[in-house]
Amino acid sequence: MANPPSLPTVVLDPSGEREAVARARAARPPALRGRTVGLLDISKARGDVFLDRLAELLGAEGAVVRRYRKPTFTKPAPVDLRQEIAVQCEVVIEALAD
Amino acid sequence: MLPTDGVVAVVKRDCPTCELVAPLLVDLRRAGHVGAVVCQDDRGFPAGIDVVDDSDLDLSWDLGIETVPTLLRLAGGREAARAEGWSRAQWEQLLGVTGIGRGLPDHRPGCGSATLDPGRADALLVRHRGGILTSRRVELGELEDPFEAMFDRGWSDGLPVVPPTEARVLRMLSGTTRDPAEVVAVVPPGLVACTVEKVAVNAVMAGCRPEYLPVVLASVEAACSDAFNAHGVLATTWSAGPLIIVNGPVARAIGMNSTGNALGQGNRANATIGRALQLVIRNVGGGRPGPGGIDRAALGHPGKVGWCFAEDEEGSPWEPLSVSRGVAPGRSAVTLFAGSGATPFIDQLSRTPDSLVRTMAAVLRASAHPKLAPAFDCVLVVSPEHARVYRDAGWDRTRLLAELTDLLQLDAAGLTRGVGGIAEGMPAALTAAGGQLPKFRPGGLLVVHAGGRAGMFSTVIPGWASGRTGSEPVTRPIDGPA
Repeated sequence: MANPPSLPTVVLDPSGEREAVARARAARPPALRGRTVGLLDISKARGDVFLDRLAELLGAEGAVVRRYRKPTFTKPAPVDLRQEIAVQCEVVIEALAD
Repeated sequence: MLPTDGVVAVVKRDCPTCELVAPLLVDLRRAGHVGAVVCQDDRGFPAGIDVVDDSDLDLSWDLGIETVPTLLRLAGGREAARAEGWSRAQWEQLLGVTGIGRGLPDHRPGCGSATLDPGRADALLVRHRGGILTSRRVELGELEDPFEAMFDRGWSDGLPVVPPTEARVLRMLSGTTRDPAEVVAVVPPGLVACTVEKVAVNAVMAGCRPEYLPVVLASVEAACSDAFNAHGVLATTWSAGPLIIVNGPVARAIGMNSTGNALGQGNRANATIGRALQLVIRNVGGGRPGPGGIDRAALGHPGKVGWCFAEDEEGSPWEPLSVSRGVAPGRSAVTLFAGSGATPFIDQLSRTPDSLVRTMAAVLRASAHPKLAPAFDCVLVVSPEHARVYRDAGWDRTRLLAELTDLLQLDAAGLTRGVGGIAEGMPAALTAAGGQLPKFRPGGLLVVHAGGRAGMFSTVIPGWASGRTGSEPVTRPIDGPA
């Protein structure tokens, strides 16, 4: 079943064919005063402790902090939560790790 | 080009039987009993009549010709009857005439149609059906070794993969009646919509045969369900990977192994079905280990390249696993389990079920960690020599699970963190009240019968966390052939 050596082999792409799109990042805001910053807790132990401290510091900078939590770190965030965050926030910080 | 009603003959000059009947065909054509004579390799054969030139083989392909000579009766453009080779009786019946071919033997078999020639069959397949394939075509360099090229593009799991040419993928798709464009699942971690075609591409790469495809499709669907949580299984630092347990008639139909070395190497269906699922997650979903990859397993286990076996139902004292999980008897199904490895154990001396079940409970107790309860789910693979002990005592599946559950009620105090000089264990908050904790959640222990006839060993397959933060075993019936 091998092709004669003079012909190239054509195969089908097994991947999801999602190009690694180089998307331009949104412009970084010069300051956080007055900006709405979302803090997403992925439900790993003590992520809330880290985010609590971050919320304090951000508040002191004058940012408007909104807190979110996804049900479990083992699954992607539910679609409606992602929508909510995208609509309500200008900047998002996600706490990972333990 | 061909009549919609009447008789058509398809021949090849390079065929002794066609040469034998050529004079007869000329007579039949001239008399109007045959509406058209099609020749696959010579427009001048048979001599003396107008011959339809099918050197492209497109007509023969459309008519599904496998033998020459073939006589076809068409009615309204559709095939009403077919005779392959020369047989006076069949030809007379199809033509509605008698007394033909005096001097010819009563019958002679034909030759293979040119459409089946290895060099031409693939080209025809691709030309006629290639249009249904929507995957991007990737042209490998003329001087590239196709197998190295697959490695270079990151499509391999470390072992060679079969280059998924259009012909191979089209042949793979003949294993299902499902539309190649149908979306089978959304595959993590990229959450990419995966079509039947994409599964077929990866199934070719894994080394599957077309008849395995329905099992692979069902496995992809089950693995990508929310309950199984393939994303979590992939991303965890724990060793887990998908395990596929197959039940029902499909296992025998496609030649799976449920007996000797069932969890090991040597059987193509076992080896390639699991691998196809792994490649789908790797290539379609983008889920892979290595730098930047989502698969963060600290150690993993050898079955992560692909793990699939069939339950030995024929020799089993119990109903199939799938039936115990709600699938109708006689229906083929897959059960997906997040398996972390195989832990074999010995019991060569127990002759009573009470003794053997205590061995099994002792081994199960240590699954994941002896001081964790409830712990991960488990699959217990019981071999025939062990199953015999239960069969002889009349223990059905329910009885076995009840006895194990009872023996696996563990003294809570002994599980506490720090007890026995071991920091690991259950938090004091859960054990302070004393009493017992179950090793497994209800439904967290699955029993399967498999293995060779000699060997008083069984195997425990620990799982992963269950419930809403983990993975649930998922059983799914298999559609399609078998």
